[in-house]
Amino acid sequence: MTGTILTPGSRVGAETMEKAARGRSLWDDARRRLLRNKAAVGGMIVLGLLVLAAIIGPYFTPYAYDQINKDHVWAPPLTQGHLLGADSLGRDLLARLLTGLRVSLAIGLVATTVSLIIGVAWGAIAGYLGGRIDEIMMRVVDVLYSLPFIFFVILLMVTFGSNIILIFVAIGAVEWLTMSRIVRGQTLSLKHKEFVEAARAAGLGDGGIIAKHIIPNLLGPVVVYVTLTIPAVILAESFLSFLGLGVQPPMASLGTLIANGAQDMELAWWLLVFPSLTMVVTLMSFNFIGDGLRDAIDPKDR
Amino acid sequence: MLRFIGRRLLIAIPTLFLVITVAFFMMRAAPGSPFDGDRKLSPEIEANVMAKYGMDRPLHEQYGAYLAGVVQGDLGPSLKYKDKTVLQILQENYRVSLTLGLSAIILATVIGVSLGVLAALRQNQTTDYVVMTIAILGVCIPTFVTAPVLVLVIASKLGWLPSAGWNGGALPNLILPIVVLTLPQVAIISRLTRAGMVEVLRSNYIRTARAKGLPENRIVRRHALRAAILPLVSYLGPAAAGLITGSLVVEKIFNLPGLGKFFVISALQRDYTVVMGMVIFYAALILILNLIADLLHAVLDPRVRLS
Repeated sequence: MTGTILTPGSRVGAETMEKAARGRSLWDDARRRLLRNKAAVGGMIVLGLLVLAAIIGPYFTPYAYDQINKDHVWAPPLTQGHLLGADSLGRDLLARLLTGLRVSLAIGLVATTVSLIIGVAWGAIAGYLGGRIDEIMMRVVDVLYSLPFIFFVILLMVTFGSNIILIFVAIGAVEWLTMSRIVRGQTLSLKHKEFVEAARAAGLGDGGIIAKHIIPNLLGPVVVYVTLTIPAVILAESFLSFLGLGVQPPMASLGTLIANGAQDMELAWWLLVFPSLTMVVTLMSFNFIGDGLRDAIDPKDR
Repeated sequence: MLRFIGRRLLIAIPTLFLVITVAFFMMRAAPGSPFDGDRKLSPEIEANVMAKYGMDRPLHEQYGAYLAGVVQGDLGPSLKYKDKTVLQILQENYRVSLTLGLSAIILATVIGVSLGVLAALRQNQTTDYVVMTIAILGVCIPTFVTAPVLVLVIASKLGWLPSAGWNGGALPNLILPIVVLTLPQVAIISRLTRAGMVEVLRSNYIRTARAKGLPENRIVRRHALRAAILPLVSYLGPAAAGLITGSLVVEKIFNLPGLGKFFVISALQRDYTVVMGMVIFYAALILILNLIADLLHAVLDPRVRLS
């Protein structure tokens, strides 16, 4: 504080009081801590640029991502108008990379949303209702945890053919388990808090309490986990694409680009190197943001 | 103890049953059949073949027959590899995957725990930052990036190691695949160890040990490490799952005759019985490892009671 003597009725006093009374919410604190974290801020800047490039980039490339040029086959970077070179069909790598990044980010976002909805609903209901129902619901999660999930995703892709909607759903359906555990744990500790009792005393039903009081209060850890789920989802999709089960050509995702690059790497290193770099930078920025958010929201080691 | 194992087995068996059921019906829901070859079979021959494998019966009967077989340890014949049963295919190919997986997990544990302890002891110093940077890189660089890049640089450009093939399990052929599988695990294990160690080193009983005047070396090895690696034990199951996932990629890139390669090919060829056999094999493996992890946890942590 400034050390000004606060005389009753003085303007300085009133202003100071007002400032103090407004206080700092937990979210303000968290934001401040997050912005002090250099790695997290760097991650946010890089990710912002990547997202921007993925959204508007494809409109500014000289070639379309699926445009085949017979004369440009294996064009190295910086030749024939291909900034990052061209592939075995003469398609522009930059255009394909931007499109692939767009697809990967979209899958990350949508599949994470799917996992978020299932996980939060499942965990909040189990934790709030407790008892038998909780036990059964969490046992289901335990059982699902011990399954070799990647096999089911592969089977799913083989069974129904790889269309992009199915990729969203399949990966989202796999990633909700941890989310539901986190949410359940939080709910258990929240449901005995006074404000929940107050809401119940005021006559709010279970559904209303879960939606209005429980879920808004467990946002912190959920946000952290979401930022760590997105890269996991991007990775899962790329893995499928790498095995030839993900996004189908001529569409591209970072995974298909890396897979194709790996096939042709002896002839054209750029096809492997640039998509790989993009992938790693994307995953890293998500992870830095996630770690930073965790330290900011749940500062155990402060 | 026995009761604990019994209870866990009681959960494991329905889980395995669930896995078999879901995989069975998913596989059958897939369009196409294992007999769609390049040449179209005449309807009579196809009917004969279907009858031979019992696939002319209603699906639920086939399912019952399959389950009965599994209970007796019979996983059926392969539909694509003539004259081979699924068990034979598993037996002939598990060695490659096992060699890779075991080497990777042992290497990753030794390196990961050492790095994690080192980082925890030098918390917030250069060593710590270096280790944690390696850990982040290990998590963010997927196997399907490290594998081709290593092949390109070390095998193709420098020519130090062979780029692919099994070659009877010769060491030079094994190095790159194992390194690729090990790296992400090292990252996760060193992170877990560091976190556990940092927490344990702050606890009261470590302070007591210090107050008694025990040498630091002994405190770390005898008192702290044991508690600090507890989270690692729980990681055993997920680690196995991660290694299996990784082996799918590694076996494909390095062209190794392991189970992972078989799985994707068989699924695409609709070789129902082989796919089912592998799903069962891997599910059982993960379930067993989880059980072992729980037991180890109980043995290492006196606070856990087996009930």
